[in-house]
Amino acid sequence: MAALDGAGGEAKPGTRVSADVIVPLVLFAFFAAVPLAAAGAQAYLVSVFMRIMIFAIAAIGLDLILGYGALISFGHAAFIGLGAYAVGILAAQGIHDASIALAAALAVAMLFAFLTGLVCLRTKGVYFIMITLAFGQMAFFTAGSLAPYGGDDGLTIHMRDTVFGYPLLENARAFYYLVLACLAASYGLCRALIASRFGRVFRGARENPTRMAAIGFDTTRFQLVAYVVSGALGGLSGFLLANATDFVSPAYMSWQRSGDLLIMVIFGGMGRLYGAVVGALAYLLLEERLADYTEQWKVIIGPLLVVVVVFARGGLVGVAQKLWSWRRG
Amino acid sequence: MADPVLQIEDLRKQFGALAVTDGVSLDVAPGELHAVIGPNGAGKTTLINQISGFLKPQSGRIRFDGRDITALPVHARARLGLARSFQITSILPGFSALENVALAVQARCGSSFRFFGRAAAEPVLNEPARAALEEVGLGARIHVPAGALSHGEKRALELAIALAMAPKLILLDEPMAGTGREESDRLVALLARLKGRFAMILVEHDMTAVFALADRISVMIYGRILASGPPAAVRSDPSVIAAYLGDDME
Repeated sequence: MAALDGAGGEAKPGTRVSADVIVPLVLFAFFAAVPLAAAGAQAYLVSVFMRIMIFAIAAIGLDLILGYGALISFGHAAFIGLGAYAVGILAAQGIHDASIALAAALAVAMLFAFLTGLVCLRTKGVYFIMITLAFGQMAFFTAGSLAPYGGDDGLTIHMRDTVFGYPLLENARAFYYLVLACLAASYGLCRALIASRFGRVFRGARENPTRMAAIGFDTTRFQLVAYVVSGALGGLSGFLLANATDFVSPAYMSWQRSGDLLIMVIFGGMGRLYGAVVGALAYLLLEERLADYTEQWKVIIGPLLVVVVVFARGGLVGVAQKLWSWRRG
Repeated sequence: MADPVLQIEDLRKQFGALAVTDGVSLDVAPGELHAVIGPNGAGKTTLINQISGFLKPQSGRIRFDGRDITALPVHARARLGLARSFQITSILPGFSALENVALAVQARCGSSFRFFGRAAAEPVLNEPARAALEEVGLGARIHVPAGALSHGEKRALELAIALAMAPKLILLDEPMAGTGREESDRLVALLARLKGRFAMILVEHDMTAVFALADRISVMIYGRILASGPPAAVRSDPSVIAAYLGDDME
């Protein structure tokens, strides 16, 4: 039940509605406080949390189609990579303004989502997973073969994008809060989509496609639009990531990265949107901490994920909610 | 007589060597309740699936409301006003009863490519949905998740979904199947109330219900229409008695 909870129908009055507002508010307030608390030796934390928020944007995009549409995309890192490469390639051509770079990142990611979605969405289940993986790998190898742009070694970006001429992103704190604003906007966008007429049809397509067709909906069109929105959020994430790291490489779109995104969503709790943020936070912080102890940190993450999936179908958020309601009797 | 809502001409469908629909012609007049009866495996559900578009016939033509719909996909036929219930109940289990029906209203009421504004708060969708649920006797159950309704209630919900589509024709594939005596009595009374307002094709094994409701009955056996006519004529047709009804109907 926990796995299906919430993702299908509209939120029941009471706990869920408030959780949809309160949990993200707490999360965003926490992110907002990080630069204020992290001074001196802790300053590197700002970049750690910025990276978390950047991946959280892509994870929210993935949760939109995974948690509400049961579309298991195993190629989602491609969108991040495409967004990042748009920034890198434009920078190499001497174009350094976000007005163009961001538009290009979104356009490329959305176009890729549209074209691959036309094919992917003809398939279901395991075939959908395999074909999204295949398209992801195509993007990966294509990026690796771009000899003028660094090939397998990637491409260093010598100057961050300006925002309408102002070097806003050179200011670490301004950049951080810009990422936070993007994250909050992404969350708000997806939350609105889910509750809208469009979202209702999209969720219905997952519940019972036969019934949806019988009442007059061509559900594939709705899934395609959601897939494109999801891809756009990946592109946004990639745009921010390229600027944050001053670097792009094919590794951004490796299938392991796609797996990481899936893990974030499932680990945090899918079909909630904020679960994806919690998942990105938990997964990347664990990676950060565990990598201090051992190179083989995935050996620890792996079993942990198994435990979460087996014993807590709602992910970390699900566990927290269960504890909360149990404590209140 | 007014032009028929539905007109099927010489429909043929084969699964391998088996002709499941073997030259079926049939029509439904506006407001008419046309029952299709016959033994299991006669091809009744296959016929319904071809009318609604889930299966493509090998040959023949289906005209609906003056249009040839033989090549149209399911959703396009639904948009023209063709509603159906399923032999095995097909609803959105995770959605509330109200949402199930509101989606059907949404399908015919404005664009669904609206990305903002809470659909659940739209009176344009909820009011007609509520009315349809009242009509089928689910007025007190609108916020219950559809998956938690009883079997009979789910059947009624399917009818409410069909009504909310404001259809020109409703295809009912064994709406009474699996319901208890009391529930099926309630469904028969409901169908009797709806009769005349919508054209309907009723596939049903409950002969008491069929003879009480139908304006016309077609008997199907081995993919063919054996006889077709008013209930009294069909009941006394010797070939029908021999092949399907038996003597006990007398």
